[in-house]
Amino acid sequence: MAERKPAALWEPTIVKGALINSLYKFDPRIQARNPVMFVVEVTAAAVTLILCVNLFQGDTKLLGFEVQIALWLWFTVAFANFAEAMAEGRGKAQADNLRKTRTETQAHLIRDGAEMVVPATSLRRDDVVIVRAGEVIPGDGTVIEGVAAVNEAAITGESAPVIRESGGDRSAVTGGTTVISDSIKVKITANPGETFLDRMIGLVEGAERQKTPNEIALSILLAGLTIVFMLVCVSLYPFALYGGTVLSLPVLVALLVCLIPTTIGGLLSAIGIAGMDRLVQHNVLAMSGRAVEAAGDVDTLLLDKTGTITLGNRMATEFIPVGGVEPAQLAEAAQLASLADETPEGRSIVVLAKNRFGLRGRELAEIHANFIPFSAQTRMSGVDFDGRSIRKGASDRIAAFVRENGGEVPAELDSIVEAIGKQGGTPLVVADGPRPLGVIHLKDVIKEGIRERFQRLHAMGLRTVMITGDNPLTAAAIAKESGVGDFVAEATPETKLKIIRDEQAQGKLVAMIGDGTNDAPALAQADVGIAMNAGTQAAREAGNMVDLDSNPTKIMEVVEIGKQLLITRGALTTFSIANDVAKYFAIIPAMFVVGYPQLQALNIMRLATPQSAILSAVIFNALIIIALIPLALRGVSYRPLGAAAILTRNLLIYGLGGVIVPFIGIKLIDMVVAALHLA
Amino acid sequence: MFENAALQIGLFIALVTAISVPLGLYMARVFAGEPTILDPALRPLERVIYRVCGVHPEAEQNWVEYAVSMLLFSMAGMLVLYALERLQQFLPFNPQHLGAVAPDLAFNTAASFTTNTNWQAYSGETTMSYLTQMAGLAFHNFVSAAAGIAVAIAVIRGFVRRSARIIGNFWVDLVRATLWVLLPICAILTLMLVWQGVPENLSPYVRAKTVEGATQVIAQGPVASQEAIKELGTNGGGFFNANSAHPYENPTPLTNLLEVLAIFSIGAALTHTFGAMAGDRRQGWALFVTMALLFVLGAAVATWSEQSGNPQFATLGIDTHASALQSGGNMEGKEVRFGIVDSALFATVTTDTSCGAVNSMHDSLTPLGGLVPLLNMQIGEIIFGGVGSGLYGMLVMAVLAVFIAGLMVGRTPEYLGKKIEAREMKLAMLFILIFPALILLPAGIAVATKAGLAGISNPGPHGFTQILYAFTEAAANNGSAFAGLNANTLFYNVTLGAVMLFGRFMMMIPVLALAGSLAEKKAVPPSAGTFPTNGAIFVVLLTGVILIVAALTFFPADALGPIVEQLAMLRHQLY
Repeated sequence: MAERKPAALWEPTIVKGALINSLYKFDPRIQARNPVMFVVEVTAAAVTLILCVNLFQGDTKLLGFEVQIALWLWFTVAFANFAEAMAEGRGKAQADNLRKTRTETQAHLIRDGAEMVVPATSLRRDDVVIVRAGEVIPGDGTVIEGVAAVNEAAITGESAPVIRESGGDRSAVTGGTTVISDSIKVKITANPGETFLDRMIGLVEGAERQKTPNEIALSILLAGLTIVFMLVCVSLYPFALYGGTVLSLPVLVALLVCLIPTTIGGLLSAIGIAGMDRLVQHNVLAMSGRAVEAAGDVDTLLLDKTGTITLGNRMATEFIPVGGVEPAQLAEAAQLASLADETPEGRSIVVLAKNRFGLRGRELAEIHANFIPFSAQTRMSGVDFDGRSIRKGASDRIAAFVRENGGEVPAELDSIVEAIGKQGGTPLVVADGPRPLGVIHLKDVIKEGIRERFQRLHAMGLRTVMITGDNPLTAAAIAKESGVGDFVAEATPETKLKIIRDEQAQGKLVAMIGDGTNDAPALAQADVGIAMNAGTQAAREAGNMVDLDSNPTKIMEVVEIGKQLLITRGALTTFSIANDVAKYFAIIPAMFVVGYPQLQALNIMRLATPQSAILSAVIFNALIIIALIPLALRGVSYRPLGAAAILTRNLLIYGLGGVIVPFIGIKLIDMVVAALHLA
Repeated sequence: MFENAALQIGLFIALVTAISVPLGLYMARVFAGEPTILDPALRPLERVIYRVCGVHPEAEQNWVEYAVSMLLFSMAGMLVLYALERLQQFLPFNPQHLGAVAPDLAFNTAASFTTNTNWQAYSGETTMSYLTQMAGLAFHNFVSAAAGIAVAIAVIRGFVRRSARIIGNFWVDLVRATLWVLLPICAILTLMLVWQGVPENLSPYVRAKTVEGATQVIAQGPVASQEAIKELGTNGGGFFNANSAHPYENPTPLTNLLEVLAIFSIGAALTHTFGAMAGDRRQGWALFVTMALLFVLGAAVATWSEQSGNPQFATLGIDTHASALQSGGNMEGKEVRFGIVDSALFATVTTDTSCGAVNSMHDSLTPLGGLVPLLNMQIGEIIFGGVGSGLYGMLVMAVLAVFIAGLMVGRTPEYLGKKIEAREMKLAMLFILIFPALILLPAGIAVATKAGLAGISNPGPHGFTQILYAFTEAAANNGSAFAGLNANTLFYNVTLGAVMLFGRFMMMIPVLALAGSLAEKKAVPPSAGTFPTNGAIFVVLLTGVILIVAALTFFPADALGPIVEQLAMLRHQLY
């Protein structure tokens, strides 16, 4: 399972919870965090107060109208509260999924050499526990002794067990996962409540959410616009008075609330929470909202060749015989030489021979063979049996072997070897005693669909850099085949850090994905560092995101989610501001119909009465928040196109659409209001 | 008629384009300290000025130092001007023996000329001595323009420099703007004006006997030189009360063309200076085209509205159609030698920029025709704009446009590779906020107080427009008079003077801070994923944002002034 199923949009339990929670959010101390909605709440309260005063004084001329205005102002606040509560509710649902993994477990604590059983919640950092087959790992930690198969389905949804062992890059274990074979000693690395699962639960629930940098900047814009519109409304009172019109507070407030960007103001935090939520659906846990935002801004992606661009290992893809040898003969010799070779390369040779020539690996026992394992000195391996000595290995070594046995090396062989090298493959020469048989072409197999992914990324304007320890020739060939933008060959772990620093010095943002301890400095340096859950604890601490699936291509989804989050924010901001044009045409003529009846000419929507015009604008302004909740939670659809194309498209939809939609919406609401004789 | 207007406006914008490109590139060289053709003549003079004033030209300033220098310089200049006005009766070059200027008027005038507004609550020929005109007002015409250019150049440096703290030296930019840019062009323009009949003398006023035997006093003075800087520096303060409608200031259609060209030239050229300094000329063109679009839009509406005239006349049997014998349309307040198109063009140009010179009386424009100048100023004088202030105002709008819509490409907003973050947004919003506050709040007070209402000369919406216009032109540092408003009162002298000062300096400081903040940033090199700010989409977006922001802010006020008045006029309603 690569993706968690998101909860249905209007999942009843979430809606119910959100309805209740949105009531708590009326608390002015909570509203004050959002300047736009705070203004709505304060003015709604003021209008309500005025209404009560009017009621006492017996001034009930326009009471029905004003009560409705007040109600819809409160609804506007309620709808914004509901949007936020919905996003939080969905986050909570995700968090509950995560939380299910942490059932109350017992831990076998080792202290002073003795083992004792304690509750998992009492474990502290640096405690050492032993976990045996069938037991649940009590907390986040590092394997310090042993090797075990661990089922991480509880976290990743992936049921195939993974190997966790001490030392190396597969040493981190997560609380809540289950050991299914052997036993391991685990050093606990997080106090209860501080595990990354705990931190994540907090983040998706929204409780620990802090505003991200771009959200802060956007809030400043929205607050600034709010102040501008307050100036407009405050000054309108004396302006109107000059023309003989006395504007009532409810009407002025109606204008103000319609003008200030309530749509984006009400949905802003929901968009942010939903962005985190979408990451979790992809099994990526972000440690901060800032990281999600940075993901959208990434300019350069550093990708490890192995595992990201290519399948993990080289595979035999071809047998090329020399000197009139039958291909099947070469294949058989190669297969024999590889029978005892348990490396993935060796196995791939056996499989290729079987697939191409129907050769079944013979039982080792029945041929009484003597297998020669690979060694760093000889740089070849093979098998001796029936007086034959078959070897496979690097071309220079095999050439020497052939000559030692009195054979000749044909020139043809060298050219084949060279050709394979140029294609980025690895040539393995096979010889039978003095007789060279041919060459096995081993090559990196590019992951399916990776080319298309690179095209998407490049269309988005990202630079992709492949990092590999291979020689430049091999690297270039793989780069060409996979379509990656750039590559760095013969890279050491330090290379990554250097590349990241170089890119950052040019002002670029860099994302990388890594797992090993030696990746940790680079993960920490990168603007978006995604650690694989299967990696070391050091890597997980250094990165600002963790991929629970440990799938290196996940980095691309992360970038897309980041971009989608930013686009959604921008689209709703643009839409919200563009909406104001229509509201003016509804409210201004209605406000001044008595003093300046000529302004009726601006009532281009032909709204029924001044009261219904104002009421309809306020209702539209409130309902649009509800109507846009799905968009805020799901995000604007994102297609990997160049910035210019995306911008044109979104400007048409949310800019031009934002101007037109409210004209239609307000007119329709006005027809309903008029039909029901509400105003 | 349409052909005539299209031809004139088209020719005009073509000339603006032709002048602005070389001038802009020249200015980029001047302010980068690169060699120019005028160096042999001006370098020695420049060195002397620095030595005398103790300026170290190589020492650049950070934004705070730059702002402080600019403020100190402006404050000192304002005080000197105030003193000159108050003491002119004791000083030479006062052949008419004009007395001291009243304190409130002197304050208003000092504020007005220091801020490049050139709002004149007085008649020049009956209030100011030649010394005050030349050493006070004309001096400020040069240095307030030069200060505007200097700040714009510093702001450009902030936008284009990377990881830098310094944005230039105010004193050097001021001197170079004056010597290399303003003076040489003024010299040429003055000669051309003199050739066309504009006086340039220090003679006492001439008394002439008219045909009917009455005596007429004809004012004289060093008009041509003042006229040149009045237009070029987008100052707009006329030597005479009638400003560029006066035959001594603007005698022929040719001088009229020269004057409108002079008004736009530096503002338009600065866009290309920006493009050149940014290392991407298309960035400059994007701003230029946006400005040109908004200009053409305004000029077209104003011309159309003036040519359509007032339907009341038709009902009275007056022929207002254009023909071979008359320009038709609404000729009230216009000079016959300019006609409809040149008057509408001048009104548009003078309010697109912060010039405020007039060759027709804006009070007499049709309501819709008068809405164009008003809206031009409410947009913030960024359609080519005041020298310097137009460009930096436009850059703030570009930052805003990038911020609002830039997120829609899926990156946090950036302009010229610089990330627009909370600090930049705070400063940009401050800039955008101050402007309507300076217009709407005092106008609100004026219409609610006796002192404010005392100034208006027409009842109904037109009177409201007069007040709204006055505070708009003051905040925008335009200085054009809608006329009709009696502004030489204590109330208006003080409020308008204060609004002018705030409208200049309270907007310069945030924009300099914005430049300082951007200068410190690294620039992200552009990629296919970068928001493009040098193409057609950006022009459309920027135009849209400018219009929507201005419309949203001022629509209610304008609706109660020119809009309701236009609608009333169409229905033959009078107030």
